[in-house]
Amino acid sequence: MASRLTATQRRWQRRRERIMEGVLFLCAASSVFVTIAIVVVLVWESAAFFAHVPIATFLTDTMWTPLFADPRYGILPLLCGTMLSTAVALCVAGPLGLTAAIYLSEFASAPVRESTKPVLELLSGVPTVVYGFFALLVVTPFLQTFVPNLPGFNILSAGIVIGIMIIPYVASLSEDAMRAVPNALRDGSLALGATRLETAFKVVLPSAISGVAAAFALGISRAVGETMVVAIAAGQQPNLTFDPREPAATITAYIVQVALGDLPHGGIGYQSIFAAGLTLLLMTLSFNVFAFWLRARFREAY
Amino acid sequence: MPGAIDVSSVLRSGAEVGPVSMRPKIVTRDVNVFYGEKRALNDVSIDIPERAVTAFIGPSGCGKSTFLRCINRMNDTIPTARITGRIEIDGENIYAKDVDVVPLRARIGMVFQKPNPFAKSAYENVAYGPRIHGLARTRAELDEIVESSLRKAGLWDEVKDRLQQPGTSLSGGQQQRLCIARAVAVSPEVILMDEPCSALDPIATARIEELIDELRQNYTIVIVTHSMQQAARVSQRTAFFHLGNLVEQGPTEEIFTTPSDPRTQNYITGRIG
Ligand SMILES: Nc1ncnc2c1ncn2[C@@H]1O[C@H](COP(=O)(O)OP(=O)(O)OP(=O)(O)O)[C@@H](O)[C@H]1O
Ligand SMILES: [Mg+2]
Repeated sequence: MASRLTATQRRWQRRRERIMEGVLFLCAASSVFVTIAIVVVLVWESAAFFAHVPIATFLTDTMWTPLFADPRYGILPLLCGTMLSTAVALCVAGPLGLTAAIYLSEFASAPVRESTKPVLELLSGVPTVVYGFFALLVVTPFLQTFVPNLPGFNILSAGIVIGIMIIPYVASLSEDAMRAVPNALRDGSLALGATRLETAFKVVLPSAISGVAAAFALGISRAVGETMVVAIAAGQQPNLTFDPREPAATITAYIVQVALGDLPHGGIGYQSIFAAGLTLLLMTLSFNVFAFWLRARFREAY
Repeated sequence: MPGAIDVSSVLRSGAEVGPVSMRPKIVTRDVNVFYGEKRALNDVSIDIPERAVTAFIGPSGCGKSTFLRCINRMNDTIPTARITGRIEIDGENIYAKDVDVVPLRARIGMVFQKPNPFAKSAYENVAYGPRIHGLARTRAELDEIVESSLRKAGLWDEVKDRLQQPGTSLSGGQQQRLCIARAVAVSPEVILMDEPCSALDPIATARIEELIDELRQNYTIVIVTHSMQQAARVSQRTAFFHLGNLVEQGPTEEIFTTPSDPRTQNYITGRIG
């Protein structure tokens, strides 16, 4: 039998425990602190920006020209570019990601699924700068062969490539949601004489719909925040347009452009990137929160 | 006989039950099922009469569900399952090469152990089968099928005011009747039920048993059950399975009062199981 600890030893042990606990807490808390600090800086600098530019102007002005002699600060062109590239991306990733998810979850044999999923997830490990050059040097020339007068920089090819980039997210998360649907539902449908395709689309997909929607929301959030591809392939002029064939800048593309040093530190143009960053943060945050809420609801259902 | 289950009190006399037509609806000959190397059923041959309730009883793991799932070819969905022998419905071999399982399964409804309503409204649950098989041309026709199916399942009065609410929001017993309505909606000839009451309380169980008794006027029903009282109450014929063998089959009263095989005797008196 082990000898019992003396009172002093026990006191020391307790103190050590408490110190270790504190260290662990600090490590865990630091990431939270950093996040909070980023938000605080964003809000702080944005506040300085909004002291010069009224929020109403920021939200409604149709020009974004902080580098011009007569600067205008309307976020709409950047917002438009962001939403346009995201929409194009979604048009690509939505159908393809969902089809892949349905195939993997409902039709693929176990060995096929086990080998395909890692490959799919590998796609998300490709550096985004590679995707950017792929868009500029492969996709755009290819599109130019059948889209007349397509400029070398355009939202279309950037959006398509972002779409390809987020397919793994959409597919993998949607597949998880569909595989979580109990087999009893599939059996119920098959026993009624439904085909596997009918079962997949009319029973499994509707049952997994909040999980699939969450996958889409996370994909959108990724597309909104994507920077490299648009900065490289979409051109960097803010352009209020709804035509994906035109070049345009997104919020993220503007931020890199400015952060690379075109503007003097401390000026209002410099502060504008914080306002743009805050806008971006609010957008991605709201998609993430939405996805989180959907997934929580989905988990409740089963 | 300590621990024996007395089912004689719930057995009804032949006069009450009425004569069972012996026109066989389902005929099986030498059915064997293998899961990989493992043999789950040995040479099962049985005639299942039309418009009557046939109960499958037997200890857990003896192959009742396996056999039931052969009749609507649901075992096809299990990659390791392999079946040999013949199963005929109305004289037609359902395992013949040219048989399409989709219309076959529409003819043979199935109700599962756990209620499994789809994540749709009560209405859409029942309308699902008719929709995929194109049984209704207009919305009014569909409404009619849904209503009559829910009536046959004894659920109409309880859900008619909340047809648009999710099927999963009903009580367990109501969900199971919804699943019965869903099966009935495609006008099957046979309804297979795999322990349909095992997840239900006694009142919901009694309700389903009454329903089974009504349904047998129009459908051939095969029910797997672990409750010998239930088998005695609802079935006209009983088949006893043991370790993959069909040990004994016959009119329910005979199986429960004068079983010829000692294994049946032991099971119904509670000595094996
Ligand atoms: N999908 C499967 N893969 C492999 N073996 C299986 C599978 N399904 C059933 N079996 C085996 O086949 C045998 C018969 O199983 P089955 O489910 O038909 O029994 P059961 O009589 O319905 O039992 P219970 O009363 O417990 O439902 C069992 O030994 C079981 O382990
Ligand atoms: Mg079973």
